[in-house]
Amino acid sequence: MKLSIKEVEHIAALARLKLSEEEKEKYSQQLSEILNYVEKLQAVDTSAIEPTSQVTGLENVMRQDEVIDFAAAKGLIGQMPESQDDFLKIPKVFSNK
Amino acid sequence: MALNKLTLSEAFAGLREKKFSSEELTKDCFKQIKKLDKKIQAFITLDEVGALASAKAVDQKNQKKEKLSPLAGLPVAVKDIFCVQGLKSTAGSKVLENYIPPFDATAVAKLKENDAVILGKTNLDEFAMGGSTENSGFFPTHNPWDLTRVPGGSSGGSAAAVAADMCLYALGTDTGGSIRQPASFCGVSGLKVSYGRVSRFGVMAMASSLDTIGPFAKDAADLALILKYLAGADPKDSTTPPLAVPDYSQEITKDLSGLKIGLPKEYFIEGLDDGVRQVILAAVKKLEKLGAEVIDISLPHTDLAVAVYYIIVPSEVSSNLARYDGIKYGLSLRDGKNLLDIYLRSRAEGLGKEVKRRVMIGAYTLSAGYYDAYYKKAMQVRTLVRNDFNQAFKKVDAILTPVAPTPAFKLGENINDPLKMYLADVFTIPASLAGICGLSAPAGLSAGLPVGMQILADRFKEETALRIGHQFQLATEWHKQRPK
Repeated sequence: MKLSIKEVEHIAALARLKLSEEEKEKYSQQLSEILNYVEKLQAVDTSAIEPTSQVTGLENVMRQDEVIDFAAAKGLIGQMPESQDDFLKIPKVFSNK
Repeated sequence: MALNKLTLSEAFAGLREKKFSSEELTKDCFKQIKKLDKKIQAFITLDEVGALASAKAVDQKNQKKEKLSPLAGLPVAVKDIFCVQGLKSTAGSKVLENYIPPFDATAVAKLKENDAVILGKTNLDEFAMGGSTENSGFFPTHNPWDLTRVPGGSSGGSAAAVAADMCLYALGTDTGGSIRQPASFCGVSGLKVSYGRVSRFGVMAMASSLDTIGPFAKDAADLALILKYLAGADPKDSTTPPLAVPDYSQEITKDLSGLKIGLPKEYFIEGLDDGVRQVILAAVKKLEKLGAEVIDISLPHTDLAVAVYYIIVPSEVSSNLARYDGIKYGLSLRDGKNLLDIYLRSRAEGLGKEVKRRVMIGAYTLSAGYYDAYYKKAMQVRTLVRNDFNQAFKKVDAILTPVAPTPAFKLGENINDPLKMYLADVFTIPASLAGICGLSAPAGLSAGLPVGMQILADRFKEETALRIGHQFQLATEWHKQRPK
């Protein structure tokens, strides 16, 4: 199977990646090769097989719903690219209508 | 003698007996780093000031005859994918080039609780994606045995630092072989723990159902010592089961008589380099002499493992790396028109080629209409791979295989062929899918380059793999070889 440039553009948009024309060409080739390789799994009969999503077998690991002191708050705010009064600053998400 | 060449056990004994101080030991490591790291480039960040301060603090405790952990005062290098509070932690990526975590990863916190001396952060393939450390967003690391060759990856910096005696031990991560393979390429001992044995809190996630944390050291006995302090349940990582931590250092002293070791025929195939094959077969003979019984076994779904891995990993990667969006931290390019531009620009500039490849494959495999055919299918075949091991461990206590099809390859050799790079992980990936543990220990040389053997044991049976490695190392000298 070969991924078309249009499909690469679609995937890149989903992944929020900006690609140059040259990159689209290169990735189209490389991704197609990789996806071709993994096709071999289609030949395996898995009709009766349970999927393994994780190997620990653990489920719903809970803790008490209590407030715990969190010391790193100032440090995290310090890492924000833009902040104001301890709030994260970003461009508007919704355009005005 | 150069104190940086000691093992953990030797160094701690020397400290305790006041033959030398932690400060002297730490200075010897920095001397070695200054001498060699321009050529090897194992480190991204060095913290000489912090390290010497920690060392002096340990020396003071030692003077006052305070009780000290066996890890106290001993210099360690940490892969740059671990958060170390106050120290730049980049995951080898431009998107985190100036990120300074305000907290420690649990594994790092545990080392600090034991008064470890952290020398600095080592180089890696960006976000642990790769098998050569050539995918680092900054520069490649060179194999101390042959500077024209790769140290392996993704924990190449950590492996090289231990091999070059720049530190006494190092931390790395292993998702599909990233500790085992560089350990083999660099002639050091490395341990991939069972999934969930060591907390992943504070380590930048790549593939959350596969990532593990583990040590590199100069021998299996040192690995056993380190593991005791790293292992254990952590409330901050809900994939760590509440299972007891065995006394690994005690367990490894048991001899090998009666132990059954399986040789899976699917790992001794055409593509296996002759030199590697000879080394492994010689190691098998040695283990038989030491009392182990070697049995032929089959792991029939081995040839499907790489395909399973390269669907599951990119899928989980595409989800885990969505957070690097220039909003809350990291590289943030805000010169565009709007919010979307921040995402597109920051990620385009910040993320490297291999990362982009995997993010895109994952976006594809998880997209509507494709999830069943790819991710779900891969999860089902993963069950088959896991069952192979479950069946095998009913017959044997451990499984012996090569670590990689070849010794270290040349820098630049595979970088333009992503699929070829992926296929080189064929021996390490299956164990990762099953979540079992594996020791990579030096077993010989091929054309002057180190070759490791992989000793796999069942989930939470690290003591078995370490025991085989340690007993082998008591009877052989391969692990003592160092590059010139």
